[in-house]
Amino acid sequence: MGTARLTSLAAAACLLAAAAPLRAQQPIIGLITKTESNPFFVKMREGADAAARANGARLLTAAGKNDADNAGQVTALENMIAAGAKVILITVNDSKAIVPSIRKARAKGVLVIALDSPTDPITATDALFATDNYRAGILIGRYAHAALGNRSARIATLDLFPGHPVGAQRHNGFLKGFGLPAPEKSRNDLGRPPQVVCMADSYGNQTRGQAGMENCLQKEPGIDVVYTINEPTAAGAYKALKAAGKEKGVIIVSVDGGCQGIRDIAAGEIAATSQQYPLKMAALGVAAGVAYLKTGKKPSGYTDTGVNLIAAKPLPGVDSKDVKTGMEQCFGDRD
Amino acid sequence: MLALVAACVFFATQSDRFWTGENLSLVLQQVMVVGVIAIGQTLVILTAGIDLSCGTVMALGDIVMTKLAAEAGLPVPIAIFAGVGVATLFGVVNGLLVSRIKLPPFIVTLGTLNIAFAITQLYSRAQTVTELPESMTALGGTFHIGRTSVVYGVVLMLAAYAITWFALRETAAGRHVYAVGNNPEAARLTGVATERVLLGVYVVAGAFYGLAALLAVARTGVGDPSLGQTENLDSITAVVLGGTSLFGGRGVILGSLVGALIVGVFRNGLTLMGVSSVYQILITGILVILAVGMDQLSRRGAR
Repeated sequence: MGTARLTSLAAAACLLAAAAPLRAQQPIIGLITKTESNPFFVKMREGADAAARANGARLLTAAGKNDADNAGQVTALENMIAAGAKVILITVNDSKAIVPSIRKARAKGVLVIALDSPTDPITATDALFATDNYRAGILIGRYAHAALGNRSARIATLDLFPGHPVGAQRHNGFLKGFGLPAPEKSRNDLGRPPQVVCMADSYGNQTRGQAGMENCLQKEPGIDVVYTINEPTAAGAYKALKAAGKEKGVIIVSVDGGCQGIRDIAAGEIAATSQQYPLKMAALGVAAGVAYLKTGKKPSGYTDTGVNLIAAKPLPGVDSKDVKTGMEQCFGDRD
Repeated sequence: MLALVAACVFFATQSDRFWTGENLSLVLQQVMVVGVIAIGQTLVILTAGIDLSCGTVMALGDIVMTKLAAEAGLPVPIAIFAGVGVATLFGVVNGLLVSRIKLPPFIVTLGTLNIAFAITQLYSRAQTVTELPESMTALGGTFHIGRTSVVYGVVLMLAAYAITWFALRETAAGRHVYAVGNNPEAARLTGVATERVLLGVYVVAGAFYGLAALLAVARTGVGDPSLGQTENLDSITAVVLGGTSLFGGRGVILGSLVGALIVGVFRNGLTLMGVSSVYQILITGILVILAVGMDQLSRRGAR
């Protein structure tokens, strides 16, 4: 190995050194998100960064390589503990697989707070700051039911992936809000009453959401309600419906409240979404972490960070907020 | 090697926590899975082949051994044996298709990558396997050298490298691997059973992926069906950074360990500095191109 490699390394190193001056003696808080690039987590980092600055703490961030990368999160967790973090906020990719690593961290005296998604069991972390995803599902279920009126329901669900509690809670909450029999909040399996004519896993991604919708339309061309795990999936579903000439009269509902999703609502592509608040999750999480570092008082249990139904067209008997309100509190690019 | 030393020195000046026994032991622990996979990958690449299936084959071995132990209640050694066996079996399939039917390794292992992934998902129903018997994760346990705790799995990885290094240098079979990679026709004419060498390389590689599965189980404490999706490229990165030529026949096995460590040191060091891990990916990309570029230049120089 020669000098060329060395020089380039040194160059890269200097850039990094300039970008990250070493600060000692500051309390260190770690934030591990599912992925780096998703606007939801960008917003979450923004909230955590602002809260950390305000409290004189230093924030370390890391993420998995993709939504299902557990090993990457384990590595990030270990590195942050090695860096001296005493508080770690984490949005887990695999609710079960991460648990042994979190146990190890807590055994070393690190406070671990789950953001956005619970671990399984939920008691594996000290506290959870998250959206009530079951309630998020109920809100869009009610809206879809009201919007459908007297038509008979033929529902497609574009879900997350098997075994994830957030996916199960939104799905089952949606069924309950729609007035269908649904598993309870604590269950991790997806309800499938006869009105649900097609189910597909989207992994929360637009391309797979589109493919899932295309397959569902092959199976049952008369689908009139589409539940989606998030707005990128909803955008994929809309694309598939439009290509099949069926975008009119099909009610698409979703969960998230990203700025692009709210724009899709304004454009009439998505009927309604349950908006959640990543900035608030992170801000509350950091505040709780700082409080622990100062006073030794640990946060515990579950804190609901709120959810609102956003719809362009308000329906009688269903509480909803308008697009403008949704736009004010969305995550992602506003324009 | 220089890159690794330079990175270590740099991070040591940037964070007082980097150059501690505890942290270095952690880096070793984090690279042990991809490090062991890289042994198999190096063997395959030395024969001018490539193995894309290593990560998902490891995931299948991981799920087989954890499910058999945790859910079927088989004794742990038998479950581990079965998991490593399944991975080795995939090595046999890869090896037969490459050596007997003469299919290109890229295509063969692309196929088995998908096959192993699908079987893993079907067999596990995409569910994580938890509540493993304690002895299953014994390799994740630690012992102390001075005040530094070292994971048993790391020792296993280092031993695997030492044995492979010895076998490649000192045994006839090891020299034959280089011969087949350098020029299969010449090797055949001098009496090397090229088909058997190729088959052997893929089978041994499969066994190493099984061993990596055991280490992955020890590290995470669960059976994880989503494991292994980037390990093929990660291990190729380690091999290339370690100076092994993708054209076969040239390379030193210990280089792959250095390659794996470079990636691990950057990831760890940048996190300690509070820099996003995306920069590690950026730097790895630059280093890979530099490493391959230098291999090309030195080949031209040799002619």
